[in-house]
Amino acid sequence: MESLKGNIERRVNLFGLSEANVQISSKGGNNRLTVDLPGLENIDEAIGLIGQTAQLKFMGEKELLPEATASATFYDVFSVDTGLNGSHLVRSSVEINSTNSEPEVALEFSSEGSKLFEKATKDFLGKRIAIFLDDYPVTFPTVQTVITDGRAVISGSFDIKSAKALSAQLNAGALPMPIKLIQQSLVGATLGKESIDRGIKAGLVGLVIVSVFMVGNYGYLGFIADLGLIIYGLLTLSLYRLIPITLSFPGIVGFILSVGMAVDSNILIFERIKEETRRGKSFNVAMELGFGRAWNSIKDANTCTIITGLILFNPLNWNFLNTSGMVRGFAVTLILGIFVSIFTGVFVTRNLLRVLAKRKE
Amino acid sequence: MNIMKFRPLFYLISAFLIGVSSFSIVKWGFKPSIDFAGGTIWEIETPNIADQSKIEEIFKSNDVPINSITKTDNSFLIKFANINQEEKIKLSETLKKYDEDAIDLRFETLGPILGKELLQKTIVAIILSCLALFIFIGRRFNDFSFGVSAILAMLHDSFILIGSFSILGHFFGAELDSLFVTALLTTLSASVHDTVVTFDRIRELRRQNIKLDWVNLANQAVSEVIVRSINNSMTIIFMLLSLVVLGGSTTRWFSVALLIGVVCGTYSSMAVAIPLVLFWKKKKI
Repeated sequence: MESLKGNIERRVNLFGLSEANVQISSKGGNNRLTVDLPGLENIDEAIGLIGQTAQLKFMGEKELLPEATASATFYDVFSVDTGLNGSHLVRSSVEINSTNSEPEVALEFSSEGSKLFEKATKDFLGKRIAIFLDDYPVTFPTVQTVITDGRAVISGSFDIKSAKALSAQLNAGALPMPIKLIQQSLVGATLGKESIDRGIKAGLVGLVIVSVFMVGNYGYLGFIADLGLIIYGLLTLSLYRLIPITLSFPGIVGFILSVGMAVDSNILIFERIKEETRRGKSFNVAMELGFGRAWNSIKDANTCTIITGLILFNPLNWNFLNTSGMVRGFAVTLILGIFVSIFTGVFVTRNLLRVLAKRKE
Repeated sequence: MNIMKFRPLFYLISAFLIGVSSFSIVKWGFKPSIDFAGGTIWEIETPNIADQSKIEEIFKSNDVPINSITKTDNSFLIKFANINQEEKIKLSETLKKYDEDAIDLRFETLGPILGKELLQKTIVAIILSCLALFIFIGRRFNDFSFGVSAILAMLHDSFILIGSFSILGHFFGAELDSLFVTALLTTLSASVHDTVVTFDRIRELRRQNIKLDWVNLANQAVSEVIVRSINNSMTIIFMLLSLVVLGGSTTRWFSVALLIGVVCGTYSSMAVAIPLVLFWKKKKI
């Protein structure tokens, strides 16, 4: 069941959905997988892809007449169905040959599969049997002996890496049986409409308090920062629409955190401006100095956050990092938020201030 | 402001917090939510109940905490921790009282969302981030003691956050769920963010006045950025407090976790990261 879950997770990730959940559930000994796909538009396509069982087929080599060989395709050559398929394969693993210490790929068949395999190895002794995964040939070893116990080994010029790859492909096809769809339903948000509504309300109240706080603390400057924040909010939300990004809860948190960092850029700058005016510089000079000096801190601090964000997001799909799920959803909104916040917090507010400050003179 | 003279006090506070956290983690452990432990999924069709709060009431009167409720067109999907047969019957009976026409669509046990794999990979990611940040900060400030200190401060914050959830779990029933993992990641980013801003000021002051010794340098830098640090934390705290007060019950513990993380992050950049830098500097001389 765990390997099936892994298979499904891999397929779900093809959609690039940021926060799919795959959960095993059971009822009276029957195992089920519950797949949550947030924000999906085309549900039929998803069901098609998930339900599509990677099918293994074992096809024997056909004796072709010499004149036909030249024009024969791979599929013509291996056209004799042995009756073996993925449901007969229990597992595949990588083994090291004890005599020549070369890696080999071992196959283990079920009892029914063993019988079929025995027959196939008899029929095709000295010939080749090709293994197809979803109609794509994976390997075509030559049968050396008749195998009766359902345990076969594919040997050849493997290194550990290629042996592992082949074994993984075979395992992917070794699904117990085609998946049956029991139920599909379109549901509301997981956290419940009510909690999301309340969350939004709370977020708005929080934002108003923050805006008041900024104006109270920095007066005129705070007001400009609030304008910058509004632009920031609109820009990020429209980016979410464009990309598109599904906002589930961890994503919303990434967004809120990046709002915090957008405000932070402004606070850094304004504190600098205050310092410079205290040293007796005129407002315009203080403003330019403030932006210039604060830029170093903003750059370094945000680079650090982006580094963490990138490692969590795992853009190169490294296997040892998160390849799915909510952690990536969080990272995406965080990274996006930071880039936009640098733009609005520094570039937009700076230009707003320049324009408005000129008018003041 | 001579903040650095309080260094022994800072060390004591941190040692105390880490001690209490370790104690709680070892002694009480955590209360895993159904995200980690698995639980039950119950789907019911309720022609006469449209309001989610009614369902919440039913569960509340039976003392079964809900993990999540999802509403479809005419049914509710409720996830909660595993219950025994007796509790199940009681729940169904209460439901019948509210809605005679309610139909049991399915009742299944659920496996965990958060498998070992996700946790292991997240830990690998955190370790990698530590390495990357160590190199980045070390190079930016031309001084690897800055990198080490920033990362230690970050781990300090995460550990205290994890510890406080062990305590909150023991006394108030706070559970470790998938949102907690997010809060932890947020704390990591916020903590380094704050620390780097303070470090940056030290670097700038050092360029202006190369003769100043490290303790004075640190004092001046901290007193210059402290207003900014507090103001910045205040803005995030405002957001979170309103989430704690107004947000739904499902997200309350999450907001508390973030609150702890942010307060810790602000405190540690001044009281852990900088003293650690001073510690390395003293050792060198």
